[in-house]
Amino acid sequence: MFGDLPLFPEQASTMAGRVDALYFYLLAVTGFFTLLIFTLLIVFAVRYRHRPEDPRTPALYANYTLEIVWSVIPLVIAMSMFVWGAKVYFDNVVAPPGATEIFVVGRQWMWKFQHLDGRREINELHVPVGRPVKLTMASEDVIHSLYVPAFRVKMDVLPGRYSTLWFEPTRPGSYHLFCAEYCGTKHAAMGGWVHVMEPVRYEQWLGGEAPGESLAATGRRVFERMGCVTCHSGTSGARGPDLKGLYGTQVILRTGEAATADDTYLRESILNPQARVVRGYEPLMPTYRGQINEEGLMQILAYIRSIGPGQDGEQSAAPAPPAP
Amino acid sequence: MNGERVPTPGRHYINIAYGVKSWLLTTDHKRIALLYLATVTLFFFLGGAFAVLIRLELITPPGDMVQSETYNKFFTMHGVIMVFFFLIPSIPAVLGNFLVPMMVGARDLAFPRLNLLSWYVFVIGGAFTLTAVVSGGVDTGWTFYTPYSSTYSNTHVIATALGVFITGFSSILTGLNFIVTIHKMRAPGLTWFRLPLFIWSLYATSLIIILGTPVVAITILLVGAERLFHIGIFDPRLGGDPLLFQHLFWFYSHPAVYIMILPGMGVVSELISCFSRKRVFGYRFVAFSSVAIAALGFLVWGHHMFVSGQSVYAGMIFSLLSFLVAIPSAIKVFNWTATLYRGSIHYDTPMLYAFGFIGLFTIGGLTGLFLATLAVDVHVHDTYFIVAHFHYIMVGGMVMAYMGGLHFWWPKMTGCTYPEGWAKLSALIIFVGFNLTFFPQFILGYLGMPRRYHAYPEEFQVLNVMSSAGASILGVGYLIPMVYFLWSLKYGKAAAANPWGATGLEWQTPSPPPQENFEETPVVVSEAYNYSSPALSGPART
Repeated sequence: MFGDLPLFPEQASTMAGRVDALYFYLLAVTGFFTLLIFTLLIVFAVRYRHRPEDPRTPALYANYTLEIVWSVIPLVIAMSMFVWGAKVYFDNVVAPPGATEIFVVGRQWMWKFQHLDGRREINELHVPVGRPVKLTMASEDVIHSLYVPAFRVKMDVLPGRYSTLWFEPTRPGSYHLFCAEYCGTKHAAMGGWVHVMEPVRYEQWLGGEAPGESLAATGRRVFERMGCVTCHSGTSGARGPDLKGLYGTQVILRTGEAATADDTYLRESILNPQARVVRGYEPLMPTYRGQINEEGLMQILAYIRSIGPGQDGEQSAAPAPPAP
Repeated sequence: MNGERVPTPGRHYINIAYGVKSWLLTTDHKRIALLYLATVTLFFFLGGAFAVLIRLELITPPGDMVQSETYNKFFTMHGVIMVFFFLIPSIPAVLGNFLVPMMVGARDLAFPRLNLLSWYVFVIGGAFTLTAVVSGGVDTGWTFYTPYSSTYSNTHVIATALGVFITGFSSILTGLNFIVTIHKMRAPGLTWFRLPLFIWSLYATSLIIILGTPVVAITILLVGAERLFHIGIFDPRLGGDPLLFQHLFWFYSHPAVYIMILPGMGVVSELISCFSRKRVFGYRFVAFSSVAIAALGFLVWGHHMFVSGQSVYAGMIFSLLSFLVAIPSAIKVFNWTATLYRGSIHYDTPMLYAFGFIGLFTIGGLTGLFLATLAVDVHVHDTYFIVAHFHYIMVGGMVMAYMGGLHFWWPKMTGCTYPEGWAKLSALIIFVGFNLTFFPQFILGYLGMPRRYHAYPEEFQVLNVMSSAGASILGVGYLIPMVYFLWSLKYGKAAAANPWGATGLEWQTPSPPPQENFEETPVVVSEAYNYSSPALSGPART
């Protein structure tokens, strides 16, 4: 039975080695202090056990030097842990440029993935080895948390806002995907697998099914179907700002403040259009709250990203730009 | 006593009056302590029963014993009962109620009727929560995260939350009473730096209770308002912010961790000192570290939210502050260890628990460093690593201290002596059972097993079986004291006034104490733990 006793998780991402190195440092330091305390406890407990003939030993009640020493040394060690931990954490906040983008929606109780080429998966995620992957995530209902232990990454997935997570798989294989934030009745069943594939096999997988249309193309259709295109027509005198070349740029608001047209801003502008209106436009846009779900929002985002600066139209989408 | 009635010998607070009414209408802090003792013991075994069910389910990987919804209710009820109805009230309301007036040389707490009220409030709060349990339970986890608790859960969230809300007032009343008593009712000569460290720790605890509990009360009301009236506070669909709840909740609930552990640290200072026959090493450092923990404890709540989506920079600040709060705890452990140095160590049952406390609290505290370290916390957050960590602090630390304190003051509280052999045996069983239960959970957590999972992948089974086996040993360890404590009330030998040869005012009056605590108001002429002066160290004991 104890042949099945695992002690350490697999390492399958660039992050895993860095987290584990830090973990072993912590284990070494805390192991040393645990041993020190336990040894002292046992030695003192035996050596100074009560003996009836004991003369009262001259007592030692306080020693300021000692107090300073055992406050400062742990403080210095703790700071080393802080700095190292913060460094690794901070390095992992922003995904490297060129990461493969994948959209994730969490809902009770499943994970839905949308690849940019239009492929969709539920509770399974196929990614190539050796390439950074960036997830943009939102929840349809309660808070979830996407967790892949073999990658040592985890990020909460919230309703009403985007969170992001990235990793770079280093070893092909299938790894557990868990929901780590308690989300209701079937929380324990809200999981699946991340399949890390060799590039060749990944290409085969990509080519295996009919690719359908790209996410951006789907997004464009949603954009047209919802009637967004009527105002965001891109022509002069249009009632809404032109979205071409917009993504990621700075916009000036009616209040005079500046905002970055990122995922969060665009999402807010669809669901709560009055919140931050661009200067030069009237607050005319109605809310689309309740009319579009998280997946649809992500499709529109993919479309707006695809016509962003430096993007010549939609990647792998139908070539025609939206009708003016 | 300024001409007041001198108590008749043989009369004490237990036999001075009989009948249910004499207990339910008492304003004697000692009787109220016993009322609390009975109540929290009930909650402890109820919460423990849910733990048994959890561990039974987790013996096998599939969720085959109960439905997932039932399992979710088990861990929620376990958490709610243990945190709000056992861990928070246990040491302050039982040992603190009994000992604060005695240790400061007073006849009672400053507000005896408020003290009785606090017990009734506690019972009413408990009744609400028990009603929720009986009528179908609640499945939000003890953390009540929104919007699950405010919008999505179909269980008895309101009744449970109301129970917690009401119980909070009982804590506030107790904390208020302690602060006023410690400030205003100390015996002549009992200066702040002559106070036992138990008093210092309860003072710090009371400050946290008074400052923190209103915040959780407000938070609970807001959850209720959103649930009942759909006022958008936490649910983004209603225009709220789900993270706001986490900030408010942890602003109380992290300091609440110190509400639970600080009193335990106070107890351990008393035990280590008494059974080493030595003053606590670095008294002022230990005393001020309690205050430092109380203050810093309010500034670290964000370390529960490193992966929640809060700002990265906030995460870094909270990480830094969390490392700082580790230092006062480290200072305490070093000072307790140094207290043993050149002491004269007696191995009575309370001291075994104190040793257990230092060992387990050390492990619990040091594993806290893993969680304060940002990059490691990302991996182990919401896994069994956390579960193991806080059980080492709460059960390994706080419950060990509570058990040690009960064994230490039981002769004083009841006038009865428990069987020492059984007591030592059960202390050992608890120590072994505890480690077998929770140590494997550290490994499970680093392997990546998420908490609150009704079913789990097969590779985690061996460690889960070990944990469940340990839990059964732990359960036996807790039942034995229950039996011999009750036995001692009827058959135990009468206890001496000062069976341990301890210093401290509570030992200078008969066991059990008279209703007035002291025949004459004591005058304090020396520092606490004055074991080196034979004249003041009580009856010699070999």
